Amino acid sequence: MRTETDSGPGITGGVARDDIESNRRIRRVLFGCASITVLTTLAIFFVLFDNAASYFFGARITEILTGASVEQLVTFTEFFTGTRWAPTHATPAHGALPIIFGTLAITVGAAFVSIPIGTATAIYLSEYASPEVRAKLKPTLEILAGIPTIVYGYFAIAFINPVILGPIASRLFGINIGRYSMLSGMLVVGIMTIPMVSSISEDAMSAVPDELRNGAYALGATKYDVSTRIVLPASISGVFASYILAVSRAIGETMAVTLAAGFNANITANPFDEVMTMTAYMVSQARGTSAVGTVEYQSLFAVGLLLFLMTLSMNLLNDRFKRRFQEEYR
Amino acid sequence: MSTQTDDTPFTGIDLDWEHRKNRIFLGIIVAASMFGVVMLALLLLDVATDFYRGQTEFGISLVDFFTRDGSRREELAGFRGAIVASIMLMLFTAILAFFVGVGSAIYLEEYAPDNRITRLIEANLANLAGVPSIVYGLLALAAFVNGVGMGPILLAGAIALALLVMPIIIVSTQEALRAVPDGMRNGSYATGATKWQTIRQVVLPAAMPGIMTGTILALARAIGETAPLIMVGALFTNRIALGPFDRFSAMPTQIYNWAAEPSQHFIHLAATGIVVLLTFMFVMNGIAIYLRNKYERDL
Repeated sequence: MRTETDSGPGITGGVARDDIESNRRIRRVLFGCASITVLTTLAIFFVLFDNAASYFFGARITEILTGASVEQLVTFTEFFTGTRWAPTHATPAHGALPIIFGTLAITVGAAFVSIPIGTATAIYLSEYASPEVRAKLKPTLEILAGIPTIVYGYFAIAFINPVILGPIASRLFGINIGRYSMLSGMLVVGIMTIPMVSSISEDAMSAVPDELRNGAYALGATKYDVSTRIVLPASISGVFASYILAVSRAIGETMAVTLAAGFNANITANPFDEVMTMTAYMVSQARGTSAVGTVEYQSLFAVGLLLFLMTLSMNLLNDRFKRRFQEEYR
Repeated sequence: MSTQTDDTPFTGIDLDWEHRKNRIFLGIIVAASMFGVVMLALLLLDVATDFYRGQTEFGISLVDFFTRDGSRREELAGFRGAIVASIMLMLFTAILAFFVGVGSAIYLEEYAPDNRITRLIEANLANLAGVPSIVYGLLALAAFVNGVGMGPILLAGAIALALLVMPIIIVSTQEALRAVPDGMRNGSYATGATKWQTIRQVVLPAAMPGIMTGTILALARAIGETAPLIMVGALFTNRIALGPFDRFSAMPTQIYNWAAEPSQHFIHLAATGIVVLLTFMFVMNGIAIYLRNKYERDL
């Protein structure tokens, strides 16, 4: 080892004072780094509200503050209750309900896949699986979680829709399925959120103390009873947190739903129809030449703001459940 | 409370039914657990078959695929420009996110007092991780592409990806720093080292494998991100990007372009691109796992 201390500052004279000064400087730089994350959040809020304002009021907030005239181009009533979404059409319509419907339909459909399957997987992993099975199953599910969403989109458009759903639709219902369908979007988003539900729920279930299980066994409960009536209720806030996270992820999911569900903004009950989610709309507009100042460009931010507020409220809700769970067992 | 159980506690229980119920339940949850595995297998199988059929039935030559850039004509389209752009994106994302991310983590773990501001930063981190990736694209679009006037260039995409992976890098670095035992810090202080000397010469070297692992995993996530790049404007560019100020289309955006085309040839080009993208990801994950296993026992 080198004896660095020989040439180091030691305790000689005024060097210590310099050290204190330079340590303070470093601390300030590091604090600057940490505050960038807060700045990012503030910038997201600012950019979304600022540009969304020009969609609704014809001028950005920054322009309004410097004296630009305000005229209401799109009313909130129209945005939230109108049933035709065509902001770039020659006779424009600004009702966002169809794309909000698209997002919510895909999210609910995906939840019907990911929540039961994810919860069952979590129970299996936490209560039943042998260590060897766990050691194989968990990494496999992690791979499922790590696959890029664009690949899931490809899976939907090249396999789920034409190979699985196509024949079902034509043979059982006599419907000719197009390239895109709502059901394919629900399935693919459901599949990709299974690992989120299973891994977070499993963590919550594993944290349930064994005393509770043993107490139930001592009363003559079977493993089924213990899993469903002791472990699941005891970990329920952690399990709910995983559901909310999966839902939040499904709302913001972009590439898979774009390639699976398509670009046709309509409100439909037919799962084989094409629908457009909020994110798919954003992708469709970015594909064109959405220049600054056009309605296409401004509408991106209006839709983006709504999307952001939806996921933000989900994340805050998730926070509360997570905190409650931590309070219960720590 | 009922007092039925007092004399004959087990009469009301049908043991056969209890057994059956347990077996059915186990069957259901095993089947559910297998569902994810089966879907993963189907997905990989589908991509592999389409990749193979692209070679055999559609005459996609791998040599052409790796030496040509994007093209509107299916028989001329290749992946070189996209691969180069993705590698450059990773490089700039790493540079932008690594130092700031590690710096933030050092502040939060080693310096931050337990006060309101620190708690705000920590809570904000958790929320940033839940922001949809497309929103980061909007941020970069408004602030950098149009706000600063960069245009739809590679650097703007790298900024969007860097902001996106920053929370992941910070959290994994915090974990790596937390894993360094306090004894090492105190030993350093005892020799008269200042706080920064301790961090730079004792804590950071010890935590570096963990930090690298977390960073590589974050970059492996970033390389597959599509939506932010699309919002920044990385589509329809067929020329190869040679620097951070060029227009670009990366691997995932190129795959999206191809997958969205109705032509079967393009679909199979997309499958070939996915094989390349997944190979990149698996290699990066492999390196991260290797690092983790190699250095895990040292602490």
